[in-house]
Amino acid sequence: MPALIEVVGLSASYGHIAALKPVDLRVEEGEFVTVLGPNGAGKTTLLRAMSRLIASEGKVKFKGRDISALATHHLAKLGIIMVQEGRGLFGEMTVQENLLLGAYGLGHSTDEIERRFAQVFGLFPNLRERTGQVAASMSGGEQQMLAVGRALMAGPKLLMLDEPSLGLAPKVAAGILNTLGELNRNGLGILLVEQKAPLALKLARRVYVLSSGSVRAELPAHEIKSHHDLARFYFH
Amino acid sequence: MTLRASIFTKLAGYGYVTVGGAVLIAALFAFVFIKGGYLLTVMQLAMIYGVFCVGLNFFMGYTGQASFGQNAFAAIGGYGTAILCVEYGFEPVLALLASMALAGIASVVVGYPTLRLRGHYLAMATFALGLITYDLSVQWTSLTQGYMGYAGIPPLGIGPFTVEDERAKLVCLMVILVIGLWISGRLRSSRFGRALRAISATEQGAAALGIRVSQYKLAAFVIAALYASAAGSLFAHVVGFISPEVFGLQMVVVTFTMLYVGGIGTVLGPAIGAVVASLLPQIVRSTGRFQDIAYALVLLLLLIYVPKGLSALAGIGRLRPAESSTGAADRSESAATCHEPRKRATGS
Repeated sequence: MPALIEVVGLSASYGHIAALKPVDLRVEEGEFVTVLGPNGAGKTTLLRAMSRLIASEGKVKFKGRDISALATHHLAKLGIIMVQEGRGLFGEMTVQENLLLGAYGLGHSTDEIERRFAQVFGLFPNLRERTGQVAASMSGGEQQMLAVGRALMAGPKLLMLDEPSLGLAPKVAAGILNTLGELNRNGLGILLVEQKAPLALKLARRVYVLSSGSVRAELPAHEIKSHHDLARFYFH
Repeated sequence: MTLRASIFTKLAGYGYVTVGGAVLIAALFAFVFIKGGYLLTVMQLAMIYGVFCVGLNFFMGYTGQASFGQNAFAAIGGYGTAILCVEYGFEPVLALLASMALAGIASVVVGYPTLRLRGHYLAMATFALGLITYDLSVQWTSLTQGYMGYAGIPPLGIGPFTVEDERAKLVCLMVILVIGLWISGRLRSSRFGRALRAISATEQGAAALGIRVSQYKLAAFVIAALYASAAGSLFAHVVGFISPEVFGLQMVVVTFTMLYVGGIGTVLGPAIGAVVASLLPQIVRSTGRFQDIAYALVLLLLLIYVPKGLSALAGIGRLRPAESSTGAADRSESAATCHEPRKRATGS
């Protein structure tokens, strides 16, 4: 059975600087995979290259289909949705408008949009009370909920998140990550990029460790503690 | 609650500035209607510019792109309607619609390659478009009559019904502007409008949600061209004469001013800007030879103290629902993590 997403020899550079050296990575159907790495390791570049937001070389396959040449907007239609670093919300728009933009691919299918609203509000009840509020005026935690909620409105098959816990209080970050865990248990494939997140490791089945644009290690999440050098870095 | 208290509460919901502004505009129109004369012409032109700016707002306001060349489509509208009416005896309304169709086709042909450019490059390309159109209207004398311009363009009308009275013309233009604003408002809050505004905030972010950015930019460009063409045609029918100067660089400068003074990206801003920027020269005329300085000074003060445009004042004095429980400090920090629409300085 082909992987949900498979990356083969994906590389990207900014000018002469190679931010991502040929990287191989895969996420199986319904799998939770975490990519760890320090600042400047190439984690964001990896997600941006996979989403075709930057030019890259190499192959990306989605359920066995080569999607390397597809434009970004096509990927969203396939169900590959990314929550960007810094949330990427439309600050001047309301919560409702942001969520509706998430459901953009549904066209005018009102019933399906309503169903997804109900799903998102079920996961993040705070958003229900703030539908008319402008996104920029919300707290950081609420914004992250909205970012994930907007991604869910698109009905993703693979959800890619770039450091969703960044800048959040530990309790709020844990709440967001636990919700991701719940979504994964319901069958959603998740590729999570984090700098240092013990909870993300608890949720993940497999972990890739990225450094200087290359994959340094690929291992089951529960084994990371047995690698003393990695454990020291990511658990302390 | 008494009736009076209920009315006050309702008005406060709109905001005192909004209510005051609406009363002021109503009084202004009443004054212009009663007084007549030159002010009627000024207001007629303000309505025409308003139509132009409402269209430009689709491309520059909602979508966040820069265009210095929309005057080209106003020229197509103006010359199209003039030639069709004078040379071929078209009905004015039919000529207006035919010119809009022509401008729409031209905007697709021009926009498709041009809109691959971004930022300053797009601004320069559209600027060139405006200059080329101006040169064509001057040089292609067999079609445009060059500097002599086109005279004898019939007033707006359908069949035997023509709008010749100056007050009736103003009413007619007001109705057209209101229809234009209504369409703009409806589209802004639609799926289409949300996509445009998403593009304005971040093209990549919009694309990541499945929005075909290039297609939407082209659609906004075409809509702006249709409005511009309609404005050009209306000018021709209301004034009865057009020449290359009407659609020259001055038009670009004036409409940019209107857009920013009124509030770019808002629904009512372009119309408010058109009225204010049209009336301002009349108001500062009393300063005699300093009128240009006074005009520039007022514009500068407006841009400094009301940078989001006059329509942004509408929220002042509005009764707000109780503040939410989350901390204000947290919000000010979190605002930095959202995509705000790009600064809409020229070429941005």
